[in-house]
Amino acid sequence: MMRYLPLTQPDRDAMLSVIGAGSIDDLFVDVPEAARLSGPIAGLPGHASELAVERHMTALARKNVVAGEVPFFLGAGAYRHHVPASVDHLIQRGEFLTAYTPYQPEIAQGTLQMLFEFQTQVARMLGTDVANASMYDGSTACWEAIGMARRITRKGKAILSGGLHPHYVSVAKTMAKYTGDQLETATPALSAETDVEALIAAIDADTSCVVVQYPDILGRITDLTPLADACHANKALLIAVVTEPVALGAITAPGEMDADIVVGEGQSLGVGLQFGGPYVGLMGCKEKYIRQMPGRFCGETVDADGRRGFVLTLSTREQHIRREKATSNICTNSGLCALAFSVHMTLLGEAGLRRLAAINHAAACRAADRLSQVPGVELVTESFFNEFTVRLPVEARPVVRTLADRGILAGVSLGRLYPGEAALANGLIVAVTETTSAEDIETLAAALEEVLA
Amino acid sequence: MSINQSGWRPQMTAGDGKPAAPTATGNKALMLEEALIFEIGDTQTTGVDFTGIDAAAPASRLGGLARKAAIGLPGLAEPEAVRHYTRLSRQNYAIDLGLFPLGSCTMKHNPRLNEKMARLPGFADVHPLQPVDTVQGALEVIHQLAHWLVTLTGMTSVAMSPKAGAHGELCGILAIKAALEARGEGHRKIVLVPESAHGTNPATAAFAGFAVEDIPATADGRVDTAALIARLGPDVAGVMITNPNTCGLFERDLKTISDAVHDAGGYVYCDGANFNAIVGRVRPGDLGVDAMHINLHKTFSTPHGGGGPGSGPVVFSEALTPFAPLPFVEKQGEQFVLIEEENAGEHHAGSFGRMVAFHGQMGMFTRALTYILSHGADGLRQVAEDAVLNANYVLRSLEGTLDAPFAKAGPCMHEAIFSDANLAEGFSTLDVAKGLIDEGFHPMTVYFPLVVHGAMLVEPTETESKAALDQFVGALRSVAERAKAGDASLKTAPHFAPRARLDETQAARKPVLVWKDAPLAQAAE
Amino acid sequence: MSRYFTEDHEWVDVDGDTGTVGISDYAQGQLGDIVFVDVPEAGKQLGKGDEAAVVESVKAASDVYAPVSGTVTEGNAALADDPSLVNSDPEAEGWFFKITLSDPAELETLMDEAAYADFVAKL
Repeated sequence: MMRYLPLTQPDRDAMLSVIGAGSIDDLFVDVPEAARLSGPIAGLPGHASELAVERHMTALARKNVVAGEVPFFLGAGAYRHHVPASVDHLIQRGEFLTAYTPYQPEIAQGTLQMLFEFQTQVARMLGTDVANASMYDGSTACWEAIGMARRITRKGKAILSGGLHPHYVSVAKTMAKYTGDQLETATPALSAETDVEALIAAIDADTSCVVVQYPDILGRITDLTPLADACHANKALLIAVVTEPVALGAITAPGEMDADIVVGEGQSLGVGLQFGGPYVGLMGCKEKYIRQMPGRFCGETVDADGRRGFVLTLSTREQHIRREKATSNICTNSGLCALAFSVHMTLLGEAGLRRLAAINHAAACRAADRLSQVPGVELVTESFFNEFTVRLPVEARPVVRTLADRGILAGVSLGRLYPGEAALANGLIVAVTETTSAEDIETLAAALEEVLA
Repeated sequence: MSINQSGWRPQMTAGDGKPAAPTATGNKALMLEEALIFEIGDTQTTGVDFTGIDAAAPASRLGGLARKAAIGLPGLAEPEAVRHYTRLSRQNYAIDLGLFPLGSCTMKHNPRLNEKMARLPGFADVHPLQPVDTVQGALEVIHQLAHWLVTLTGMTSVAMSPKAGAHGELCGILAIKAALEARGEGHRKIVLVPESAHGTNPATAAFAGFAVEDIPATADGRVDTAALIARLGPDVAGVMITNPNTCGLFERDLKTISDAVHDAGGYVYCDGANFNAIVGRVRPGDLGVDAMHINLHKTFSTPHGGGGPGSGPVVFSEALTPFAPLPFVEKQGEQFVLIEEENAGEHHAGSFGRMVAFHGQMGMFTRALTYILSHGADGLRQVAEDAVLNANYVLRSLEGTLDAPFAKAGPCMHEAIFSDANLAEGFSTLDVAKGLIDEGFHPMTVYFPLVVHGAMLVEPTETESKAALDQFVGALRSVAERAKAGDASLKTAPHFAPRARLDETQAARKPVLVWKDAPLAQAAE
Repeated sequence: MSRYFTEDHEWVDVDGDTGTVGISDYAQGQLGDIVFVDVPEAGKQLGKGDEAAVVESVKAASDVYAPVSGTVTEGNAALADDPSLVNSDPEAEGWFFKITLSDPAELETLMDEAAYADFVAKL
């Protein structure tokens, strides 16, 4: 008995006789004989009870150190926030969880209205005119933005800030090998200064876009307005990347500083860490560029009775219609994660988001001050939101491992992100959120004092 | 006796068949209209409290960029938020409500054990950049799932990081490109794609810099093998073939095609969207496939979630394995190791690079592995058999009612295809689909694949009982008969859904993609 | 002024060395409600048969080809605001672009109105 398969053997026999087949094998006659498997594949176990599977998976889960059970300071593109209980309840409503892409809008208004609300929330947070119905994640949204800038400007040189997450840079490099885009990349300097001046100096007539992260990989916050002006003076676009959307409750949105395309990783709101995925890519832009946007859009319209309703729209940009001329091959969004994001955002509201952001910043400031008091530790970042970088007197990566052995997940070492970059090896990125307690900060500081002594 | 004075008199009135009077609210009993959050929320209300958490910063260090302007984000108290989304959810059709015969999309039951396991804190609350010795269980999940996928497909290796099926296609095509370049044949620019393919296939090939050439289909719904082989040559990088194909048919000649492609120096990409039809019965590796993506949300029951997130691992042949993307998991002794840029070294120097931040859709891996362990090798084989049995049952039950262009040629695989050929003049596939909505079913896939005019692609999946299939067949037969008889009421269907047909022309001509109508209420007090 | 048609359903009105290009009434009927038109910018060089413009309905996108070679002098800006002009008045107000002909001899390969009417009648 397989618990998810409702057909009984008498059912199967009756159905075969309706079909006019002698056996199930008759339905696989088109498979060449040499490729037919005669029975279950050897070496793989047979079916198992719920209880047995649960035991197996639970045993695997126990082999991991759970972020919520230890002092925890990791960020660098994925952040641990408290997610209200109702978020996870609502995304498990079967009508959301087990629905498909809303291709039949008359019976998918729930998903469609949610996407319209999500698009509006995201556009307002990013400070853009419009936003799409989400991308796979921040890193792929970032690459798609570079391709979008190429199509809009008809130029192929993208300048990537050294403050852009190194995984995002890697993704862009991989894709650029095949699309012919020229990328200028840099390694960040372990200093308080960002590379905005250098980026401005690097822009020329061939530049399609400048890509800058805000706050950047080290946590630094810088005014993007001069960069936007320099881009526009050269008919290039400014792409801003936000990996921590909670920051937008505290700092000016990139769109307000005239960024043309703003992409982000939405994981912080509603989604959870999940060892890296699934996450939700945010993507907004100025209205004049919507025809070059990849991904799905939900739009408002009316039904035959004149009632407001929502549909997927502008789909002629997409692969199922434009095929090889599509803006992207993307064929999905991150629907359920977008729902989680949107529900969490609705629960917070503007007042809640601003308070959450204030709490994060305050906790980070206290942690930065406390860690700066540890002998030999120096705070690198002067401006930051909930994540900052410190320079240790020794290489940070082994320190992180040592602290992990003591039950403290201390942060992300720059040695992990930039292996082989000696100038960065002593850097440690520390993220602090509303889930970080004063005791956690004290525990980390005290342990660092011991380890560095 | 005692007389009930309340006036309560349970009684039935006979219906007169006329529609009920409109209600003041627009609601229809359990069918509730729901406003936008921007109409019911305001910027001061919040459903999250942070009582006892200090928000006072020693001094702001936001680089002079503290936000000044209002954002315009409405908030709802928790009861209102729960109600808002619950009401919205009830305007959706879903597998949990009934049979969802969307061909090529594989809407099967999503076991709830999968959800429970994905939410174990040891999986859900783990950061992707934790030191690897603190995430050995997570890496082991990836390793175990990889082993199943490689074994079930008869391939050599698997790239786990692609985020969805189309992303997996890109992964496969980039590996082919890298392999060609590694042997100095980067000049091969042509990718052959059958005209019945998903739109993602040509879009993917074009993205990677290839030129796409269509290969025609034969009258029996399969790729024209002779035409394909005739086109092979020194400029052809490879082919992208879906098997079973989008007409729901097994490509009998795939091995012959693969051999010919290999002889001509090309590679075979198989779109594995329909692997659920053959899992446990056929290994694509035995058919000469070099790369194939597997949609975990199709074959292995991770939820579709109203449009994602997906997950698209790609299995590779020995020839393409050296070019697979980073990162991946390797077992070294008793340790699970993450192979990334820094330790790819000599063994994996040919890798074409990284496709995503972090390691892929871990939350989907835990669900898929749970599903696979639940079924086991024997259960997965039964999955394919029941999926194919159910589709053939639908095909034979309806071929007398609807035109079934390939029914004469033999059995179908996991999905049955029909056309609009024998509907009344002026009636189309769309009318059948919308009529089916009123009968309480999600429509089948319509107007795809493009090789069949007015296509209706029905995929029941293996998680439907015979009773459910009989009910669906009865409903579709009834709607089809009405469309054949020219029943005008079908042209305005659906009549009983939350919305009537929507004006897609208006939506596209004057796109309204965000709420703009009125400023938000600033305060509730 | 004379009007010519292509087998791909473009029309071109020729006045001296200036052509005005659009799509035929038959074509707009086949496409259905037009929701977006992308017209070429002034200065663009086109060869006969090149992809010159894109016309979109809700579920389809179609390329419009240059019926003659030449240099685009103007795209019809009115279509950006009101693409439905292609439905309501395809062979006048719904024109796509104007072009300076570089090789008027190409016109000889096109159909006149009567020939196009015959051509459409056989489709």
